[in-house]
Amino acid sequence: MIEVEGVAKSFTVRRRAGRLRRVRTTVRAVDDVSFTVAAGEFVGYLGPNGAGKSTTIKMLTGILTPSAGSVSVCGLDPSRRRTTLARRLGVVFGQRTTLWWDLPLRDSLTLIRHLYRVDAAAHRTRLAELSELLELGPFIDTPVRQLSLGQRMRGDLVAALLHDPELLVLDEPTIGLDVVSKATVREFLARLNTERGTTILLTTHDLGDIERLCDRVMIIDHGRLAYDGDLTRLRAAVDADRVLVVELDRPCPPIVLPGVTVDRVEGPRQWLRFPRDANAAQVIAALTGRYEVRDVAIREADIEEVVARLYRGGQVRA
Amino acid sequence: MYGLLAWTWIRAAAQQPVSLVLLTLATAIVGALDMAAILVMFARAPRIAGFEAPEVLFLYGTSALSFAVADSLFGTTERLGRHIREGTLDTMLVRPVSPLIQIATEDFSPRRVGRVVTPTGVLLLVVPRLDVDWTPGRVAMVPAMVLTGVAIFAGLWVLTASVQFVLIDGHGATKSVTYGGAFLTQYPLSMFGREFVRGVTFVVPLAFVNWQPALYVLDRADPIGLPWGLRFAAPVVAAALCALAAVAWRAGLRHYRSTGS
Repeated sequence: MIEVEGVAKSFTVRRRAGRLRRVRTTVRAVDDVSFTVAAGEFVGYLGPNGAGKSTTIKMLTGILTPSAGSVSVCGLDPSRRRTTLARRLGVVFGQRTTLWWDLPLRDSLTLIRHLYRVDAAAHRTRLAELSELLELGPFIDTPVRQLSLGQRMRGDLVAALLHDPELLVLDEPTIGLDVVSKATVREFLARLNTERGTTILLTTHDLGDIERLCDRVMIIDHGRLAYDGDLTRLRAAVDADRVLVVELDRPCPPIVLPGVTVDRVEGPRQWLRFPRDANAAQVIAALTGRYEVRDVAIREADIEEVVARLYRGGQVRA
Repeated sequence: MYGLLAWTWIRAAAQQPVSLVLLTLATAIVGALDMAAILVMFARAPRIAGFEAPEVLFLYGTSALSFAVADSLFGTTERLGRHIREGTLDTMLVRPVSPLIQIATEDFSPRRVGRVVTPTGVLLLVVPRLDVDWTPGRVAMVPAMVLTGVAIFAGLWVLTASVQFVLIDGHGATKSVTYGGAFLTQYPLSMFGREFVRGVTFVVPLAFVNWQPALYVLDRADPIGLPWGLRFAAPVVAAALCALAAVAWRAGLRHYRSTGS
């Protein structure tokens, strides 16, 4: 479905250097990235801000032309065959809407029907089906600008799927959504993938999205692919260690406990690292037996940390 | 495709009938005031730069009609800069229709078409009053000049909008050429300076919207003595300008797609 081979994209940035002088520097947003996605896969694409996620998405959808390498989506070169590809592709940008701000949702969807030349009967059945799944009923006649973020996102999903694309590309679809909306969107995407066989590529900051949805994860950092493999191996990397932040009633020397290493000491606070398979309750129990503990908090590793660890471990491409 | 999208926008606008009627009414009133201003000017000075009232109104009518049609069709392209800044151009690029058509049809409303009414009225009133020997060539020239005028203005809209691919806040420049051009061509060009007229003939080809063809219809000598053949050059100019606009738009889009937003 997607074949990416040695793709790079660099931007020229002009920076002020003195009154009139401008220095041009080249920034490599994506650097020598290769991967393939087979039909029917559900792939998560992770990475910190500015890592090159959106740039990759833009190259896959034909918005940007790669500086080097080759891209093939649905057997087409996106930058040359952008409009042909657009008919077979659904794209959702979480940060901005593809709907028209002043039109009721229903009219926006009608416009989209004309843009994709979907015939009226097919449109009606598809819209009925999608709006039932995503519960558009109560707000389908409301202008888009009056919709809540969650409602708008559901509208955007329908808009991207009305022409029944083979591949759905989602750029941070759950950003800013509340728990309920997130759950609705996730459940919908899972069904779309299993029941309809739609291939889905999803970028996100939310590890929860990945855990519930994706069989496969790719992580990009500084424009390079840092990890490409299944979720279990990622979990092994993510969950390698957990950190327990302990606040004692007064400053103490570093705590000594079996299986625990002290990362940091800062006044009465200490950061304790312990392996994933250790029982957190036992660690806390042992701790409270020997020290006056005021507060404890368990921290899971966040994406940035995972990426950093992946790099340090040299675990590129599983 | 253009018609289909425009029609969808019209139907959407029709769902708020009160605002639609009010806006259309406002457009009509502004148009009528425009006409009144020209009539007042004639009450005080019956000739402008050697042209009689009906002749000036003929110039006004042809230019305003061309502009109104071109503006209806392509006026919203000046929003390109905003679409780039807000990232909405990206959403247009992932759809299977040219972004030019998507921007041009955006917010299409019957109000836009309403602007055609005033200039058409002016032309219907004034054409029978022109003191002209109506040869078949002259009769044919009137609709031909309106059409080439539409093409020239449309070319200018798209051409100047393309500049916004590079200068994102360039909509001021767009408007000064298009609206400025519309204003300019409503009067006999000979009331402006000689060098200026050369400029709008050969640099920004506004003189071909109505001035040069009108000299033929009205059977006038060119006040600044440009060659007689220029009167029939408008279609060539329009075709060249539209071709240039198409090239500029494509180049702009390519620039955008290779540099990002």
